[in-house]
Amino acid sequence: MKIDSIQNGIVIDHITAGRGMRLYELLKLDDLDCSVAIIKNVVSKKMGKKDIIKIDSSTHIDMDVIGFVDPQATVNIIRDGELIRKRCIDMPHELTNVIKCMNPRCITTTEQELDHVFRLTDPENKIYRCIYCETKAERKY
Amino acid sequence: MRSVLDIVDLSVEELEELMQTACDIIDNPEKYQEVCRHKKLATLFFEPSTRTRLSFEAAMYELGGNVISVSSAGASSAAKGESVADTAKTVSCYADIIAMRHPKEGAALVASRAATIPVINAGDGGHNHPTQTLADLLTIYREKGRMDSMTIGLCGDLKFGRTVHSLINAMSRYENIRFVLISPEELKVPSYVKKDVLQRKGIPYLQTTDLETAMPELDILYMTRVQRERFFNEEDYVRLKDSYILTPQKLENAKKDLAIMHPLPRVNEISVAIDDDPRACYFKQVANGKYMRMALILKLLKEAGTI
Repeated sequence: MKIDSIQNGIVIDHITAGRGMRLYELLKLDDLDCSVAIIKNVVSKKMGKKDIIKIDSSTHIDMDVIGFVDPQATVNIIRDGELIRKRCIDMPHELTNVIKCMNPRCITTTEQELDHVFRLTDPENKIYRCIYCETKAERKY
Repeated sequence: MRSVLDIVDLSVEELEELMQTACDIIDNPEKYQEVCRHKKLATLFFEPSTRTRLSFEAAMYELGGNVISVSSAGASSAAKGESVADTAKTVSCYADIIAMRHPKEGAALVASRAATIPVINAGDGGHNHPTQTLADLLTIYREKGRMDSMTIGLCGDLKFGRTVHSLINAMSRYENIRFVLISPEELKVPSYVKKDVLQRKGIPYLQTTDLETAMPELDILYMTRVQRERFFNEEDYVRLKDSYILTPQKLENAKKDLAIMHPLPRVNEISVAIDDDPRACYFKQVANGKYMRMALILKLLKEAGTI
């Protein structure tokens, strides 16, 4: 399968196989006008299988989202067909308005304008908890 | 602005300081009768409560202060759709300190971020209720004369019981504490409490459904009510509400210096026949709660530079 290389844009590489769609959703790539390719289950020497997302535009990407979904992913910035920067991602300390608290008893369910904020409480197990009710963030993968 | 939303917002040293202040208030009440003169406590209670609200109000009056109050969501602008943050900002213009109870978890945090005066969490849904834990800690201290080296039995609804989670958190900070967690299968302590608090700190604990077998080893027995308001399903509540009822017979094998505690209100989980047993401490807990709230109000107002 061949996907054209991009001239100016972003390639999110080394995504754990199966998490590409979740990243696509949380990064709201559906809202972009440019070409976006999600390539699933690409053969990888290092990972066995991986997902890749190619975005054919120099848009802003929320690194915190990538750090939350898949901190081992890398972000490559492409200009004029050249790789100008490769970024590894850290797990963010806090996530604001990326995911919603699913606890029906949480104050965020009634205070509509309140930010949904999750804090990294257990880096070893990648556990984020709602700062208001301490409910664990659900990971849909 | 310093607020107290969770018992772990207070260090062990601060807990010790609050307990010493509370004991001094008990011994020398006249010394504290005017310390909050012309200061106002706002009690914002968006969920029914008798003892917590009255305890806060009594605490402020005994410090010589005044109280302004919202006693239900229906009687406030919350009924018109006002946000917790706006309510907190507004009340900051009228009062010097807020005590707030709200049915939603995290409401006190939202209020504390918006308010310009200290906020005390008087219960946010099933989440935290730090001043109940302050009452519990002072009761343990006054009954046992120490805070370390004891086996604490927690019995009843250990899943939704916020007082239980706070007490586990608070007592886990003292040396040589062991917990016996007694509950029906459906109401066990949530795994995150076990994992994040007990296992992480290496605190020994036993989970059981059998109160009578556990009884002889307990220094503290902390009973809780199965709370109807925490269930979405009435059937589950009815099935579980009578799981543990403490009777004089069940105390036959208990230690002579056991302290029986309960955050109250009780329904039927402690027989009234136990009320006259010298080991029953739950009404002392109520009194201790007021003294600890007095100590906390004093501490926060001093830190805010209000008194």
